[in-house]
Amino acid sequence: MKLLGWIFLIGVVTIFFWAACAVAFGRYTQTVKRLCRYTLRIFWLVSLGVLILRFGKGLGAISAMSDKFPWGVWIGLLQSGVALAAGGFVTAATVHIFHIRRFEVILRPMVLTAFLGYLFVAMTLFVEVGRPQRLWHPLVMWQHTSIMFEVAWCVTLYITVLMIEFSPVIFEHLDMPKVVKAIHYGAIPIVIVGVILSTLHQSSMGSMFLVMPEKIYPLWFSPLLPVFFLISAVAVGLCTAIIESFFSHKLFGRSLEIPLLQSLAAAAQIVLLVYFGLKMVDISMRKEWQSMWTVPWLGVSFGIELFGCVLLPIILFSIPAVRLHVRGLVFTSFLVGGGIILNRINVSWFSLIPYTHTTYFPTWMELCVSLFFVTLTVVAFGLAAHHLPVFPKAGGKIPPQTSSEPNLN
Amino acid sequence: MFASDISSSRRRFLKGAGASVCALSIFPKKLRANHTKVSKGEAYSVLVDLTRCIACRACSRVCVKANGLDPADDGSNVSPQHCETLAYNKWSTVNVENVPEPMHKSLAVGVKRQCMHCLEPACVSVCPVGAFSQTEKGPVIYRSQRCIGCRYCMIACPFEIPKFNWHSGFTPVVGKCQFCAQNRLFKGLPPACVEACPTGALKFGSREKLLFEAKVRVKANPKKYIKHIYGENEIGGTSWLYLSGIPFEKLGFKSNLPTSPIPSFTWEVVSRIPIIIAALSGLFGMVAFSLKKHIKDQDDLPKAGAS
Repeated sequence: MKLLGWIFLIGVVTIFFWAACAVAFGRYTQTVKRLCRYTLRIFWLVSLGVLILRFGKGLGAISAMSDKFPWGVWIGLLQSGVALAAGGFVTAATVHIFHIRRFEVILRPMVLTAFLGYLFVAMTLFVEVGRPQRLWHPLVMWQHTSIMFEVAWCVTLYITVLMIEFSPVIFEHLDMPKVVKAIHYGAIPIVIVGVILSTLHQSSMGSMFLVMPEKIYPLWFSPLLPVFFLISAVAVGLCTAIIESFFSHKLFGRSLEIPLLQSLAAAAQIVLLVYFGLKMVDISMRKEWQSMWTVPWLGVSFGIELFGCVLLPIILFSIPAVRLHVRGLVFTSFLVGGGIILNRINVSWFSLIPYTHTTYFPTWMELCVSLFFVTLTVVAFGLAAHHLPVFPKAGGKIPPQTSSEPNLN
Repeated sequence: MFASDISSSRRRFLKGAGASVCALSIFPKKLRANHTKVSKGEAYSVLVDLTRCIACRACSRVCVKANGLDPADDGSNVSPQHCETLAYNKWSTVNVENVPEPMHKSLAVGVKRQCMHCLEPACVSVCPVGAFSQTEKGPVIYRSQRCIGCRYCMIACPFEIPKFNWHSGFTPVVGKCQFCAQNRLFKGLPPACVEACPTGALKFGSREKLLFEAKVRVKANPKKYIKHIYGENEIGGTSWLYLSGIPFEKLGFKSNLPTSPIPSFTWEVVSRIPIIIAALSGLFGMVAFSLKKHIKDQDDLPKAGAS
């Protein structure tokens, strides 16, 4: 059963990965599409079965988490989801606070991504938390010293803000220009609230781990964890914007503005540089470089995360051959995204292993649940992009109406 | 010209914002919240003298009975090889630790484990819904009515005490020693395990008195005891205190705990939130509206603002 589960999961991942590659290289044929759809349906059925098992028999029935290792891979992925959603507030701030209008073309897709990213987080929480029927408790039962309390409030408020930020798209679709205009007047305050909530929330994702100074491996534990989480989220937010522009270009035939992507990459490069510098200073100040060798595999993981996925992208973004080509930009952005996911998993999972003396490894069902939510999010994005005026027409400004979208497929 | 004005003010803002955020985060905070209303001396306390423990597991058995728990392992197996583990429905365990000695013999020591009832508990401070609370006399108690099952308490507890029911779909609970607070202490009775202990390895009293007694015991018998009262200073002090003849790290106690209480680590961040909100909203508001005005002034040139 266990082996079958893993084979099934790996098969599904392979097919999706292949499909994504097919999209990237322009070979997304009808056959691939059909295969993808069938896989998706079977996968969803299996995932629903897993969810029934979770709510019928408890977390222990589907996950490898235990009293010794109470937080598993879901927390790492949830945190990655939050980080990958950072593009929303970064773009919104660029457009509405700094008034750099040419980024307006990516604003709507980025806000949608952020919204769906947070929905992914909410869905994961619904399964992860022991009593999901009580998820509203933190909003009523205040406990202001808890970082988790802050997280709960920020997630709730920020999802609301994202809904408001995204609502003009829906009202445009419903052809209600007056409402759109009204929301547009309130744009700046709403965006400011969103940016503050994101700043607090992204950093509190790191603050959550400040309570275990003795448990987290010293390469990762630092009083600056909240700052690191915030800065890395900004960098990865910029990179998701690049990735998403590329895929929407491939899938929906949107025009691709390479200069725009290049400015995004340049901004990401600066942010990554700040992150890298701070990280270096932090570890040197705490004199923890020898921890690279005391537990070698953690040292390797740390090396990949920091040198492979932060330093390497900084270098790559400054090489003209990479910067001038879309695929180079996208590849490097993937590197940054992967690095952030690895970082979150390192902090919340790997770094705890030496202390707890237990090896936690997720079951296939745990990963199945996460992949289920990821596919739901991706499909929701596709549906929204298909039916709503998320992407502007080729050329630039956001269209006033939704009608006449010839190359929408 | 205007465009460069805007971009330079943007740049100035970014510099200013970066500097102020750095200042806000690095500037040391002098205020440290004292989260506890418990006086360190008067807290209810138990002194565990490991040199007196004979590992009869009477405490384990009576704990199950007194708290109405139904664990798979009720403590009736008293063989030294048997290993008891804490669970959501098993709040107190005794395990026999074999400590290798230099003279080719090994020493068996019974070690009781339960919640340490920290004076400044991490679980109380991290729980987002206040399911954990500290009573005025020190015991840290958990009420399941509020619990959402996020398990942050398990992650945060430096002694890894709270345990979770992994086999309940919608109503899992966290379980840990309640110090018999509601069913015994409030009636003036000592905790059930203390009452059940036949050898006097457990002693109940106020923390001040027990600390004093522990120090007297160590001083009177320096060969028998090591000079460390576990729980005196660990993470700001705990209500349960341990005496031992063998270094604690050899008995599986955490030896790398900081002496400052865990809640102070996050308080550093939490206490700054109001000022961060105020500073950011002020800064962003100023920039957003002043730049908007700039841009409005040159609305006729549609793409000049982008640079």
